[in-house]
Amino acid sequence: MASPVKVYGPPMSTAVSRVLACLLEKGVNFQLIPVDMSKGEHKKPDYLKIQPFGQVPSFQDESISLFESRAICRYVSEKYANQGNKRLYGTNPLEKASIEQWLEAEGQSFNPPSSALVFQLAFAPRMKLKQDMGVIKQSEEKLNKVLDVYEQRLGESRFLAGDEFTLADLSHLPNTQYLVSVTDKGEMFTKRKNVGRWWSEISGRDSWTKVVDLQKPPPPKSA
Amino acid sequence: MGTNQIHVTTPDGLDRQGNPIKISGAIYIRVLFSSKFYPVSDYIIYCEEAGRLKMVMKVYGPVRAACPQRVLACLLEKGVDFEVVHVDLDSGEHKRPDFLLRHPFGQVPVVEDGDFRLFESRAIMRYIAAKYEEQGPNLLGKSLEERAVVDQWLEVEAHNFNELVFAMVMQLVILPRMGERGDLALVDACERKLEKVLDVYEQRLSKSRYLAGDSFTLADLSHLPAIRYLMNEAGMRHLVVQRKSVNAWWEDISSRAAWKKVMELAS
Repeated sequence: MASPVKVYGPPMSTAVSRVLACLLEKGVNFQLIPVDMSKGEHKKPDYLKIQPFGQVPSFQDESISLFESRAICRYVSEKYANQGNKRLYGTNPLEKASIEQWLEAEGQSFNPPSSALVFQLAFAPRMKLKQDMGVIKQSEEKLNKVLDVYEQRLGESRFLAGDEFTLADLSHLPNTQYLVSVTDKGEMFTKRKNVGRWWSEISGRDSWTKVVDLQKPPPPKSA
Repeated sequence: MGTNQIHVTTPDGLDRQGNPIKISGAIYIRVLFSSKFYPVSDYIIYCEEAGRLKMVMKVYGPVRAACPQRVLACLLEKGVDFEVVHVDLDSGEHKRPDFLLRHPFGQVPVVEDGDFRLFESRAIMRYIAAKYEEQGPNLLGKSLEERAVVDQWLEVEAHNFNELVFAMVMQLVILPRMGERGDLALVDACERKLEKVLDVYEQRLSKSRYLAGDSFTLADLSHLPAIRYLMNEAGMRHLVVQRKSVNAWWEDISSRAAWKKVMELAS
């Protein structure tokens, strides 16, 4: 049996959790290696050797060292094509192209405004940083426009790229999870009929439930 | 039978070779090796080459815009025939209902490969590079690991590089063109972040001829349109020329025949 792959970074990071969801969908054993970002570990020389931009996650297996969560997801899906969820990255070129289209839409249109909201509403308070109301308002407006398009799409198609759950849907899980569970912006998803239905389906998957569990802080040690 | 010969059959059965025939505003052709007739839009041209049907890919978007240029460069690198359908962004054509049917986010480019429609320039590039793997340079990487490294740097371009350059071009070029004042503080902040990103590129390119390794790939190609804007209209040449390896890489990739052809089309 292959030794577990290594994922560097805290599971509460949206990009790290994207990779974990993919590994769980594919049934790939992994070892989560902590990176203490509150102590700036991700900007220290040792970490910069494996991720020169000082970001998480980073990934290693016996063949490769890789960064960028969506690139890692593609690699894992291809390498383990024949195990776990075999439809995650499509089974023919047209399916794959459709998945790529919606994966790019996530990265280019969904991610910027949703990431900004996650940072402003979920992380800034924890880090005792001042919230930027202008950014929050702008991001909400942008995200609403994107979700209007998704609402239309998900009325025609069960999942974004087609009839099956794929990397395109998976990629949306991390940011949406934060918005729905710890901010007051969850309504943006749940009040839209098709988006709400889609969110329920994709977040209810075993793989995502496990990731959410991994994101919970460990219980305090008993005395 | 030469290349680019167009076979058409009218509903009346006339003129089976040569030019497409327009009947009542619609063009009819007959698909070879099948008895199907179907109407096609003015712009789809079916060509026969060596007995195989070849369809010309349609690319919707202005040739001067960065994202369509990414796709055009890719098509030219792979030697794939295409036709550009201009979209007038200044008049808001991309936000009108009929365009939104092609691209629900109202953006360019969109491609139509026969019946198959695709948006997002990087997804389109991957599709083209995979479909035409056998011709032109290998833009995707040969092994699983090589492909992963190409993906990695394509993601870096999309998330660490492009967002910053786009923000700067918006404030320095696009908003002033529309008569609005750009946010120079934002430009300054983006420039400082971009300096740090380019320092990482400098480090990478001092060890590797191209971003993903020894060969030119989609990861390098994807940077062409934005770097050109950055160095020209946005007046940020210094960011590239002050970095020895980044500058050498830029000189190399921007002198490729395919990119020169894109520049010709855009002039």
